[in-house]
Amino acid sequence: MMILLLALSLAATVVPLPTFIEPLRPNFLALTVLWLCLLSVRGTGLTLAWSMGLVLDALHGLLLGQNALALALIAYIALKMRLRIRAFTTLQQSAVVFGLLALNEFVVFWIDGLSGHPVTVWTRWLPVLVGAAFWPLLSGFLSRFAARA
Amino acid sequence: MSPIQDHDYRPLLLAGPSLGLRLVVLCAVSIALMVADHRQQYTTVVRGWLSLAAYPFHWAVDAPFSAWESISGSLATRSSLEADNARLAAENRHLKLRLMRFESLEQENRRLREARRGSARVAEKSLVAEILKVDLDPYRQRVLVNRGARDGVFIGQAALDANGIFGQVTRVGPITAEIIMISDPEHAIPVQVNRTGVRTIAVGTGQPGKLVLPYLPRNEDVVVGDLVVSSGLGGVYPPGYPVARVTDVNRDAAEPLLSVGVAPLADLDRDPEVLLVWFDSRIAEPMPEPGAAPATAGAGPAPAVGQPTATPTGPGTSGTPGTPPAQGPTVPQDTVTTADPAAAPPASPAAEAPASPPPAT
Repeated sequence: MMILLLALSLAATVVPLPTFIEPLRPNFLALTVLWLCLLSVRGTGLTLAWSMGLVLDALHGLLLGQNALALALIAYIALKMRLRIRAFTTLQQSAVVFGLLALNEFVVFWIDGLSGHPVTVWTRWLPVLVGAAFWPLLSGFLSRFAARA
Repeated sequence: MSPIQDHDYRPLLLAGPSLGLRLVVLCAVSIALMVADHRQQYTTVVRGWLSLAAYPFHWAVDAPFSAWESISGSLATRSSLEADNARLAAENRHLKLRLMRFESLEQENRRLREARRGSARVAEKSLVAEILKVDLDPYRQRVLVNRGARDGVFIGQAALDANGIFGQVTRVGPITAEIIMISDPEHAIPVQVNRTGVRTIAVGTGQPGKLVLPYLPRNEDVVVGDLVVSSGLGGVYPPGYPVARVTDVNRDAAEPLLSVGVAPLADLDRDPEVLLVWFDSRIAEPMPEPGAAPATAGAGPAPAVGQPTATPTGPGTSGTPGTPPAQGPTVPQDTVTTADPAAAPPASPAAEAPASPPPAT
């Protein structure tokens, strides 16, 4: 079940979208990993997050390990926050997710710069905002889905 | 965090190393991977395997879109098919007519090149590759195609479409390959303005519809509408293929360089497939010295004599700097921006030479 979920979220990161929506596409994989770490019944391991990041790098043809590092980092923080986040309202959860997605994006941005192809357009940060706005919907859907399965 | 918290989400039995330790190890592994990957050659094998593993994903994402296209294709109406057919037949007639002339011109061109001891660098073999409908990183202009090492695709191979140069192969997996488009900000292609023969470099901007020519001096002769073709320097792209058309020229008196925008001719963001080409990329050795000037200048007097084929070969074979040097400056030899005196500028007038004889005949 979890594998299917991750596979779907990976596919969602490469599905072709119309050009004007494309820069808004949230990082579905990061969102799914965050949900698995924060809210699923059994917190997902760090290693799974890391390997999913590696697959994402391979899928997108990026520097190998870039997203893996970023995802492992935010998964670690999410796992540490796991018990506290239950007490949060959805809005507060969104704020936390916003922070974590921003951190994820920042790590990727930073590595992009270090490896010699910086992408400094401001639209790069839009998916973070969209992802955080997407969180209530996604977590509600996934929790219902998980409860049924 | 307290150890109690840690135990909440870890199995009591078979507890692995602590979370923090695992994070440190994973970070170390990913940094090592990135460093190895940055120096490409170390991870080509891993990349090959990963691209193979990624293929089912790409295929699954691409499949519904391809299926939709084939369904809508098979449901095309009779009238639209007939219209298409008529249009294609007309186009075919037109192309055949041009081809008739092309063959004789190609012969002539080859003879001229042989006379100049230059190697004929035209695309010799090509392979159609379908672009998979998957979005890669939105900030890089790259696409994935369904041909890989098993089809003989190699890194640095040129890709064209029906209208012009598309890009080059940057990564090769067993069954897929990644192509960087000419509009990627990390891509630069050696080009030549077809009208004047000036060589320069076209650099991508990150937008599929725009490239720039950032290295032209302010007094350069470039006008909107000029065709920009590949110069073949660097050996990646075959020379003489259309790349782009000049869309805007900004002459700022305060800047030493022109800012020229060009629009790529290839349909970078709409192409369903591209052509991967194999060609002989040996750079023709530079001519002794004056040999090039007679060959280029020879195209000038040819129509006047009225013997377009015979006259150019004359100066070429004799190779003596006779009268032509006087005409040298009329040909854009003085506007060279790159220092490399390889075969490119002579090649373009030779390719343009066919354009002048027809009015004469």
